[in-house]
Amino acid sequence: MLAALQGAGRFAGQSSVRTWLVGILKHKIVDSIRKSAREPISELSGEAGAENLDAYFETDGHFIDPPEAWEDPERALDERRFFEALERCLASLPKATASAFTLRELMGLDTEEICKELGISASNCWVMLYRARMSLRACLERTWFGGRAAGSK
Amino acid sequence: MSIRLTCKEASRLISEGMDRRLSFMERIALHLHVGVCDACTRFSRHLGFLRRALQKMPGPDDPEAR
Repeated sequence: MLAALQGAGRFAGQSSVRTWLVGILKHKIVDSIRKSAREPISELSGEAGAENLDAYFETDGHFIDPPEAWEDPERALDERRFFEALERCLASLPKATASAFTLRELMGLDTEEICKELGISASNCWVMLYRARMSLRACLERTWFGGRAAGSK
Repeated sequence: MSIRLTCKEASRLISEGMDRRLSFMERIALHLHVGVCDACTRFSRHLGFLRRALQKMPGPDDPEAR
């Protein structure tokens, strides 16, 4: 953020200050992700890490643990502890997967940009995002929504 | 791709549909599957929720988060 403040003087036209700040932030994040993504890309060895996904399914393609009904998930969005749980789930993802997911969902980049930044193919990108969502969904079900119906934690 | 999807295939298409435009055939197949599959209906809802949650995630600079 410091870089943004230092550059503020050079910026004219305040209508898009926010856009401009977000742009800088994006670049900073992408920069650090690019650096950290270099080694973890090897996570993708094998069919884009698709083998991990097999753990969620029977050989006939059915879910091993079918997704449960989540009780009033929207209410969780008002709870700070929910976001702490979400952050813990994010932290448990492999680094490159978390990076791709964060760029996609927090920064709103499209997959083309993400692939370019991470130096991976579009289909690898989709698999990574799929894997991130599978993992986060299961993690939230386990750590937040699971058992809520039976009694609150 | 067969018109009859397994949950494994359907869940992947549900996710990819959030990142790219699915083909006409993919959309038909997905619709047919999700229409009769509770697990994938929930899965799809959960991913939609996950996206909203990320958008609402308080940032480190968010005064409310302090």
